[in-house]
Amino acid sequence: MPLDTSIKSVLIIGSGPIIIGQACEFDYSGSQAARSLREEGIEVSLINSNPATIMTDPVTADHVYLLPLTRKSIIQILEERKIDAVLPTMGGQTALNLAMECEQAGIWQKYGVRTIGVDFAGIDMAEDREKFRLLMEREGIPVPRARTAASFLEGKEIAQEIGFPLVLRPSYTMGGTGGGFVKDPADFDKALTRALHMSPVHQVLIEESIFGWKEYELEVLRDHAGNHIVICSIENLDPMGIHTGDSVTVAPAMTLSDPHMQRMRNMAFQVMDAIGEFSGGCNVQFSIDPNSERMIVIEINPRVSRSSALASKATGYPIARVSAKLAVGYRLDELPNQITQTTSAFFEPSLDYVIVKIPRWNFAKFRGADESLGLQMKSVGESMGIGRSFNEALQKAIQSLELKRNGMGADGKELTNLEQLMYSLEHPSWDRLWHVKDAMLMGVPLKSIQKVTKIDRWFLEEIYKLVKLEKQISAHTIADLPRDLLLEAKQNGFADRQVAHMLQCWESEVYALREKLGIQRVYKLVDTCAAEFEAVTPYYYSTFEDENESVVSDKKKVVIFGSGPNRIGQGIEFDYCCVHGVLAAKEEGFETIMINCNPETVSTDFNVSDKLYFEPVFWEHIYDIIRHEKPEGVIVQLGGQTALKLAEKLDRYNIPIIGTPYDALDMAEDRGRFSELLKELGIPYPQFGVAENANDALDVIQDVGYPALVRPSYVLGGQSMRIVINDEELEEHVVNVLKEIPGNRVLIDHFLDGAIEAECDAICDGEDVIIIGMMEHIEPAGIHSGDSSAVLPPFSLGDLHKMKMDEYTRKIAVALGVKGLINIQFAIHRDEVYVIEANPRASRTVPFIAKAYGVPYVNMATKVMLGTHKVKDFDPKPMLKGYAIKEPIFSFDKFPNVNKELGPEMKSTGERIYFIEDLNDEYFLKLYRERNLYLSR
Amino acid sequence: MSVPERPDAILLLSDGTVFEGKSIGKIGTTTGELAFNTGMTGYQEVFTDPSYFGQILIATHTHIGNYGTIKSENESQGAKIAGLVVKNFAWNPSRYNADNSLQGFLEESGIVGISNIDTRQLVRHIRTKGAMNAIISSEYFSPDELESRLAACPPMDGLELASRVSCTTPYFAGDPGADFKVAALDIGIKNSILRCLVDRGCYVKVFPAKTPFEEMAAFAPDGYFLSNGPGDPAAMDYAVETCEKILAADKPLFGICLGHQILARASGLPTYKMKFGHRGINHPVKNLESGRSEMTSQNHGFAVSLGAALNADDVDVTHTNLNDDTLEGIRVRGKKAFSVQYHPEASPGPHDSRYLFDQFIEMMQAERELVKA
Repeated sequence: MPLDTSIKSVLIIGSGPIIIGQACEFDYSGSQAARSLREEGIEVSLINSNPATIMTDPVTADHVYLLPLTRKSIIQILEERKIDAVLPTMGGQTALNLAMECEQAGIWQKYGVRTIGVDFAGIDMAEDREKFRLLMEREGIPVPRARTAASFLEGKEIAQEIGFPLVLRPSYTMGGTGGGFVKDPADFDKALTRALHMSPVHQVLIEESIFGWKEYELEVLRDHAGNHIVICSIENLDPMGIHTGDSVTVAPAMTLSDPHMQRMRNMAFQVMDAIGEFSGGCNVQFSIDPNSERMIVIEINPRVSRSSALASKATGYPIARVSAKLAVGYRLDELPNQITQTTSAFFEPSLDYVIVKIPRWNFAKFRGADESLGLQMKSVGESMGIGRSFNEALQKAIQSLELKRNGMGADGKELTNLEQLMYSLEHPSWDRLWHVKDAMLMGVPLKSIQKVTKIDRWFLEEIYKLVKLEKQISAHTIADLPRDLLLEAKQNGFADRQVAHMLQCWESEVYALREKLGIQRVYKLVDTCAAEFEAVTPYYYSTFEDENESVVSDKKKVVIFGSGPNRIGQGIEFDYCCVHGVLAAKEEGFETIMINCNPETVSTDFNVSDKLYFEPVFWEHIYDIIRHEKPEGVIVQLGGQTALKLAEKLDRYNIPIIGTPYDALDMAEDRGRFSELLKELGIPYPQFGVAENANDALDVIQDVGYPALVRPSYVLGGQSMRIVINDEELEEHVVNVLKEIPGNRVLIDHFLDGAIEAECDAICDGEDVIIIGMMEHIEPAGIHSGDSSAVLPPFSLGDLHKMKMDEYTRKIAVALGVKGLINIQFAIHRDEVYVIEANPRASRTVPFIAKAYGVPYVNMATKVMLGTHKVKDFDPKPMLKGYAIKEPIFSFDKFPNVNKELGPEMKSTGERIYFIEDLNDEYFLKLYRERNLYLSR
Repeated sequence: MSVPERPDAILLLSDGTVFEGKSIGKIGTTTGELAFNTGMTGYQEVFTDPSYFGQILIATHTHIGNYGTIKSENESQGAKIAGLVVKNFAWNPSRYNADNSLQGFLEESGIVGISNIDTRQLVRHIRTKGAMNAIISSEYFSPDELESRLAACPPMDGLELASRVSCTTPYFAGDPGADFKVAALDIGIKNSILRCLVDRGCYVKVFPAKTPFEEMAAFAPDGYFLSNGPGDPAAMDYAVETCEKILAADKPLFGICLGHQILARASGLPTYKMKFGHRGINHPVKNLESGRSEMTSQNHGFAVSLGAALNADDVDVTHTNLNDDTLEGIRVRGKKAFSVQYHPEASPGPHDSRYLFDQFIEMMQAERELVKA
C-alpha cells in the first residue's frame, strides 16, 4: 500500500531535555522524520521542550510547540489544531511514555488522532520483563533460563538446576531493589533470603547469569505488509554486564559466523512479529555464550533508538526517515534507497569499512560518583570512528573523544602499575579500553586479559597488533623508519602524534615524512552497498589506501567544524548552531563541508551539508581535509570550544578563519589581554590574578581578596572551578588543579559574593552590533551559567544596569573586532556592572534565544561571518510575550551517591524552555524561591 | 599467536591494472575471472560454493577469516574459488569450535590469495569496466611472465565449467524411506540445497552433470532438481537437453541459479553475461505473486533476459530484482516447473526464501495426489 492519504497532519513527539540515556540522537530522528513526512505533503507539528534542537526549528516542522512534554500540552495542541495522527516512536522512551499516557487517558481517541508506527500492547509486552519472557517461551525463542521461587527451598532447587552464577530479581520491587548478582554458591542463601523478604509477594525470579557473554544488536525495519530488513548488526566489544550505551560497539558484527547471523536475523523478525503490529524501526538485543554458541534474546525496543542513530550513521541508511514513511503507509519496496537513488529501500546495507563507537563519560563532573560501568548507563555522549580496519576505526573514535588521548596509547599516558591494571581490567570504568593495551605492553598474556575482561579474542588480537607495531616503530628513528611500517601504522589508525611519540620526534616531522613517502589520506564513500552501485550522497571518511573518491569541486567552499561528542558543557546546542551555519552558508552560494564525529547529531546527517566528512575534529584529520578541499576558510565559532580551540593552529598554518579573527579570539580567552582591553574601555571587571603555583597564588590573593574563584585556564564548563575563602582552601585547590592538569596556569578572580549574574548574546560585523538577547539568571553568582535558570529578558534588573550591559557588549564586540557571535557574562554587584568573561563564539544560549524570539539568529550571524551581509542588513523582529526561561536539567538520578550541589562547575546535561506570561507564574516563583537551595562551592 | 611474515604478492588485471599486496593462502599463482561478493558473513560458505569455480573472489568486507572455519559448514568438499582478494586477513580465528584457521583452510584447499588490497578501488574498477580476468601470484613478479600466464586463462563467456565441479558418480542424500524421491542434476550443487530438501522429507539422488534424462528417470523420482553451478549456461546444451526431457515428462521441476538459467534456455529464453553480476546476501527480490519482498543470497554472472521472459507465451515471471529490475524467477505455464535466479537455500545469507523448497514439496505432493486420483 502506498501513502495513506487520509493522514494530512502528523504530530511528532520529541524527547525533551538531554539526560543520560536520552541524548541528541532523538533530535536527529525527529528531524529526519519531520522532513520525511513534509516531503509527502504532510503538515508536521512538533512538540518538544528542548530549545537546543533542530527538530523544533521552523526549517524542520510546520508548527513547533515548545511546551513541557505533558498530557496538558498535548491537549492544548489538539484543541488548537486538527491532527490526524501522532508518531511517538521518534522521541525515545519519553515520547513513548507520553503517548502511552495519552492513550490510557483516552486523549487520542477523544480527538480522533490515530497512533502510527506503534503498537501500545507491544510496547507493554517489550517493557514488562516477565510478560516478555513468557511470550518468548511461548514462541520458542530462547531467553535466559529462569524460574520463580516462592520459598527458600524452591529457590535452592532452582539454583541447583540452573547453576551459578545467578541473578536474583525479587518480584514487584522498584528498580530491582533487593536483587543482584550471585557468583559464589556460599553467598546464595543469604541473598535469597534477603530477596524473598524484599519482595512484597515473597517471590524471586532466579535467572541464569549471562555476564561475560557476547552481546549483539540488530537494527531492523518492518513495514505493515510484514517485510523485514536488517539495517545493521552491531557487536559490543564489552560483553554482557556493561550497558550497551556504555560499551564500545563495532559494526558490522566482527565475530559472527553466517549460521549465527541468520539465526539472529530470523529470531529478530520472530520477536518483532510476536510482540505486535507496528511499522518502523526496532532494535533487538542478543547474547551468545562464547563457549557453547547458545544464543538468547535479551530485549527488544520497538522504536527508533540510540542504536538506530548509530546504525544510520554507520551504514548511511536513514532509519528514522524511512521509519516515518513506513508509519504513513508505505512499504519498503516502494521506497528508493536515498544514498544511491537508483536502488530499493528494501535492501540490507553492506559495509566495506568498520565503525567503532566509544562512549564519552564525564565522571569528573560528578565527584563521588561510582565510576564503575554496569547495567545502568552513565556516559553522556559518544564518538564514532570509521576506518578500513577495526584498529583504524578504533583509534579514530578515540581521537574524536577529546580526552587528550591521541589514540590507543603511545602518548606517555600509559598505566604501568600491574596491580592497578589488572584491577581495572576486572572492574571496568571509562579507561579500561586503554588498560587492555597497557596490559599487553606490560606483557600480560592475551589469554589472561580475555579471562578477566571476557572481551572476544579477535578484538584482543587486533589490539595486540597495535602493541607490536608500537614496539617495532619505537626501535627506529624518524631518519630510518621504513615506509611499509609507517604505512601500516597509519592504516592501523595511529596519529602522527603517536608515531612521533614512538620515534621521539615532532609531529610535524612525521607529517613531513609521510608527505615525502607519499603516505596520504584518501577519502572513501559511505554508500550502503560496498561500492556495488554508484552512490550520489557525499558522505566520506578517510583512510590510507590508493584511490581517493572525494572529488573537489571548483565552487567556493566553507568548512564548518562540529562540536564532537556530547559532554557536559558542550552539547546539542552547538549542533543546532552548526546546522544553521551550514544552511546559511548554502543560501549564500557556498559549498558547505561539515566535519564532525558525533553519530547522534543532525549535522552528520548526509543531507544537511553539501559534503560530510565523518572524521575526528582532531588536528591531523582536519588539516588533511582542508588541504584537500582548499576552502575559502573555516567557521570555528559554531562548534563550541572544540572548534574554537583549533583556531590558534589554523592561524599558525595560515588557514583563513571565517568570522572573528584568531587574534580577537585569543584576546577574549587570554585573561591578561582581555583585562587590558576592559581597562582601556573603562569597563569594570573583578580583580584577578594568574598563578603558576600555590606560592604565586598566595601572593596574587593579596590583591584579589577573598572570596575568590579559582580555576585552570582553557577549560570547558567550569571544570575544576572552585570558590575559596581562605589561604588553606586556596593552597589546597591550586595544588589539586595543577596535579590534575600539570603545566596549566591558575586563574584567581575576586568572587562577587551575592551578585546577580546576567549575560548577553550579540552579533557584530566589526562595526555594528545587534544584541540578540539579554538574560538574567535566577540563581546567584557562583553557580555556573549553564546550571542557572536564565530568564529572557531580565526580570529584575534596572534600566541602568541593562543599558550598561548593552553598552559594554557593543564596546567589547567592536573593540575585539568580532565578526559573528559573542556572548558576554556579567555580574551585577552593589549597583556596579562587572564583565566576568567574553566568549567570541555561539554560546549555549543562542538556540534558546532564537527559539524564544522566533528569529534565526545563527543564520544571520553566519552571513555576517561570511561577509555577505552586514548587521544593518537585518531587521529582526523578536516575538515574545512575557518571559522565556531556560531551565537546566540534571541527570543526578544516575549517580545515587552524588548530591545535587551546584557551584562554578557545570553539571547539567540538558535544558528546557518554559514560557511564562508574567512574574506571578507559579513555576517561576518556585524556581525563584529555590534559587539558593543547591548553591555550594 | 602472531602474524607470520608473508611474502609479497601481486594482482594483475587483464586491462593491465596492477595491485600489490601480501600473500595469503598457498604461495603460488592462480588465474580466473574477478568477481566481488558483498556479504559481511559467510566467507567459508562462499569459498566452498562450486558456483565460484574459476573465479577470483574479492571480499568487500574488510576483515576476512575472523571466526576461522568449521568443516560442517562447507558447501562442498573444500574451497572452489580460483583465488582470493581481501583487505585485512585474520590469521588468528576466534570461535570456540573452529576446527581450522582460514589460512589453514586455504592452504589445504590449495587456494592462492592476496591481502592488503584496496578492495573498494578494485570493486569500483570492476563496476565501471566490467568483470575481467586476473592473475594473483606470490611467485612471479615479472610483467611478461604474469601476462603470458594471464593470457592462458580463458574468458568466462562461453565457458563450460559445471561438469568440472560435478560429482563423477551418483550419490544419495537423506533417508531412503523419506516421503519424496528427488533426482538432482549436479551442475555444482551446494550441500545446503541437499540439506533443505532432506529436511523437508526428500530422499535425493544426485547425478553427475552429463547424466542423460533416462538415467535420472530410472530412479523414478517424484520431482527433479537442477542445481546452481559455475560457467556460462549457453555452453551447456547437454543440460538444456536433459531439462527439455524433464519438461516433456511433465514432472515437478525446481531450478536454482544455473539450474534456473538452464530451465529458461529449455523454455526458449536467452541468457546473457552481466557486466559484473550479483554476488552477495542483500539482493532485494519481489515476489510478484505474493507481493512480499525477500532479501536473497545471490551469486551469478549470467542472467536470463527479462524482456524475453515477459514476451514469452509459455513462461510467467514470478520474481524480479528491486534494485535493477533483472529477472529473478519464472514458472513454466502448463508445466510443474519453476526456478529462481537466487539462492533460497541461502548459506550464506537470509532464509527469507526457503518457502520455495516448500513449494516444490507441495508440487510433488499435488502431483502424487493427482496420480492417485
